Amino acid sequence: MAGVEERPFPAGDYDLVIVGSGPGALQLSYSLTRLGVRHAVLSQDEAPGGMFRKWPVFQRLLSWTKPYAPQQRGTRAYERYDWNSLLADDGPARCVMPALMDGSSYFPSRPEMERSLATFAERAGVHVRYGCRWESTRRDGDRFVLGTSDGDYRTRVAVFAVGVAEPWRPPIPGLELAAHYGEQTSAESYADKRVFIVGKQNSGFELASGLLSWARQIIIASPSPTKLSVNTRTLVGVRARYVQPWEDYVLAGGVIILSAAIEEVTRLADGFRVKTRSSDKGIEKDFEVDSVIAATGFIAPLRDLSELGVATFGQSRLPAQTPFWESATVPGIYFAGTLSQGAAGLKKYGIPSNSGAVQGHRYNARVLAHHLASRHFGVAPQRSTLRAEDLASFLLAEATRAPELWHQRSYLARVVSLSGEVVDEGIAPLTHFVDAGGPDAVAVTVESNPAGDLYPAVYTRRAGAISEHLLEPDPLYEFESPSHHVALAAALEGLLPEPVRAGTAKTR
Amino acid sequence: MPAQAEVVDVIARLALFADLSTAQLEGVAHVFEEAFFADGTRVLRQGLTGSGLYVILDGEAAIQVDGVERSTLGRGEFFGEISCLLDEPPVADIVAHGPLRCLVLPRPQVQPFLTAYPIVMFRMLQAEARKLRNTTKWLE
Repeated sequence: MAGVEERPFPAGDYDLVIVGSGPGALQLSYSLTRLGVRHAVLSQDEAPGGMFRKWPVFQRLLSWTKPYAPQQRGTRAYERYDWNSLLADDGPARCVMPALMDGSSYFPSRPEMERSLATFAERAGVHVRYGCRWESTRRDGDRFVLGTSDGDYRTRVAVFAVGVAEPWRPPIPGLELAAHYGEQTSAESYADKRVFIVGKQNSGFELASGLLSWARQIIIASPSPTKLSVNTRTLVGVRARYVQPWEDYVLAGGVIILSAAIEEVTRLADGFRVKTRSSDKGIEKDFEVDSVIAATGFIAPLRDLSELGVATFGQSRLPAQTPFWESATVPGIYFAGTLSQGAAGLKKYGIPSNSGAVQGHRYNARVLAHHLASRHFGVAPQRSTLRAEDLASFLLAEATRAPELWHQRSYLARVVSLSGEVVDEGIAPLTHFVDAGGPDAVAVTVESNPAGDLYPAVYTRRAGAISEHLLEPDPLYEFESPSHHVALAAALEGLLPEPVRAGTAKTR
Repeated sequence: MPAQAEVVDVIARLALFADLSTAQLEGVAHVFEEAFFADGTRVLRQGLTGSGLYVILDGEAAIQVDGVERSTLGRGEFFGEISCLLDEPPVADIVAHGPLRCLVLPRPQVQPFLTAYPIVMFRMLQAEARKLRNTTKWLE
C-alpha cells in the first residue's frame, strides 16, 4: 500500500492539491489520474478511510452492498446495488466491497469498509502523503498556499475533501458536560443507567439502538419531530435499522421520545439534570439522569477558509458551492466527498441528493475530475456521437439502469447535445444543465415525488429555454416500454431533424 | 452565520414569525432548512415542479418572468408560496441579487407547517392581501 513510509508529495508547487484521504479524496484522485491531471494528496490521517476509520460507533454501516443483485457484479448497472465500493474504470480496483464482506449482513461492518477503501487505494495506485496536517490557507497572487505540518503547498486549484467530521454541540448551557456521539466507545458502560440522548437523527437512534439491551431507560429529545426514512422515502430520517427504539416508544416499552427544546444541562452529585420545554405547548419538564449524550451532529472542519471568503450555510457549516462543487464565493477552491452536499441541486420537494453518502459523492467526484481536467488543465472531454435514431433508446436505458441517475436522483443527469450532431456529453449536474444555457440538448435523470413514485424526468433545452417532461412511473422501475418511447418522442419533438423524429417515434 | 440559535434570533425579527414564542421559533428553525445562493444564481425556476416556500434571511432576490425583471424582494419577504399552495410550477424565476440567504420549506411540508402555526398563516394571508390590494390599485 502507498503508506507513510513512502511519503510522496513533499512541500512545493503543484497543479492541484487534494486535502483528505476518505472516500471522496480517493475517488477524486483516482479519477484525476485517469485523466492525466497531476496532483498531490495530503492527509492528516495515517491511513486511508477518513471517518470510516472511527465511525459508526457501533461498527456497522447504514449503506448496503448486495452480494447478489439483479445485475451482474462488477458491471456499471450493479453499482446501483453496491453503495460502498469506489469507482474504477476497469481492473482489480473495480467493485472491491462485496468480495470483502463476511456474509453476516448486507451492511458492511466498519472494519470491512475501512479495508475496502484501503484496498481500493492500493489496487488503484492512489498515493497520499499521510501524516501531513493542513493547518492554514492564504493567497499568494493566483495561487493558494496551504500551510501544513510538512511545509507550504502552493497550488492554483485546491480541493478539500475533509468530511463533515467535527463533532458539534448547539450552544445550550451545560451541554458541554455531555459526551458527544463521536466519543462513545462501549455500550456496556451504560448498563442499568438512565440515559438522555439529545438529537433525533440517525446518530441518536443508532446510540439508542445499541443501548436498548443495556440502559435502564432511554430518553431521546430534540425540538423537531422524528422523521423515518421509510416515510420520507429518502435518506432523510432515521433508517430502518435504527427504528427499534421508536417501536419501543410507541409500544410503551420504556423508551421516551420527546419533541422539546433542551434548555439547560446541570451536573448533580450522581448524574445530570436536563431542563426541557415542549415544542408545542411550551411545558417545562426536568429529567434527572445518569448520562447525557449529545448526538447533535457534525460540522465541516474548514479551518480558516471563511477568512479567505468561503461562504458557509446551515447547521453543518457546509460550504456554499456552484453546481460543479466550486466555492460559490472563492473561485479555485473546490469540495469533494460529503462536503459536496453544499451544492444542493434542485432539491425538488425538499428531497436532497445523496452527496452526503459514498454512493452519491463518488459520482460527484468523477464528474468533478472531468470538469477540473477540462476547465483548468486543457484536457478535452471525450465525447461520443450517437445515431439520432438511437437517442430515445439510449436515454431510456440510462433512466432504467444508470447508477449515477439512481443514486443522485434529480441531481446528476445524462446529457446529449443536439446541435447538428447527436453527441453524448456524459453525466453532468442537472442544475448546470437547466441554468447555464447552451445549445439545444436533452438531459435525463430519475426523480421522485412525495407520493414515492419514481420516474424518468427529461429536460429539453431549445433556443435556450428549458422544459420539463415527467414520464410515467413504472412499478418495476423499467422505463423502456413503448409508452415511455412515445412520451419521450413527444418531449423531443422538433429537436431532431425531420426524418429522425419520425424514426424515433416509431422505435419499439 | 448561522447556527440554529442564530437563525432563531434572525427569524424572531421577521414579521412572518413575530408572534411566535421562543420555543415555537426553535421548532420553526428546525423545520426549515437554510440555503445560500451566490449572486446571479436561480432560486426558483419558472415551469419546474417540486419547489418550496422561501423566506429571505439576508440579501435580495429578483422576480423575473421570461427573463424580464419585474420586482425585487428583500429581507423578511417570502416567495414560492403560491406555487406551494396551488401545487403548480412557479410562473417566474427568482434570482439572487448579490449573496442571498433563505430559509426553505419544501412544498409537502407547507400545509402541515401552516396548520401547526395558524398565526404564521394569518401573517402570510395579510401579506398576500397587501399584494392583492397593490395589484388591484395598479389595475385601476
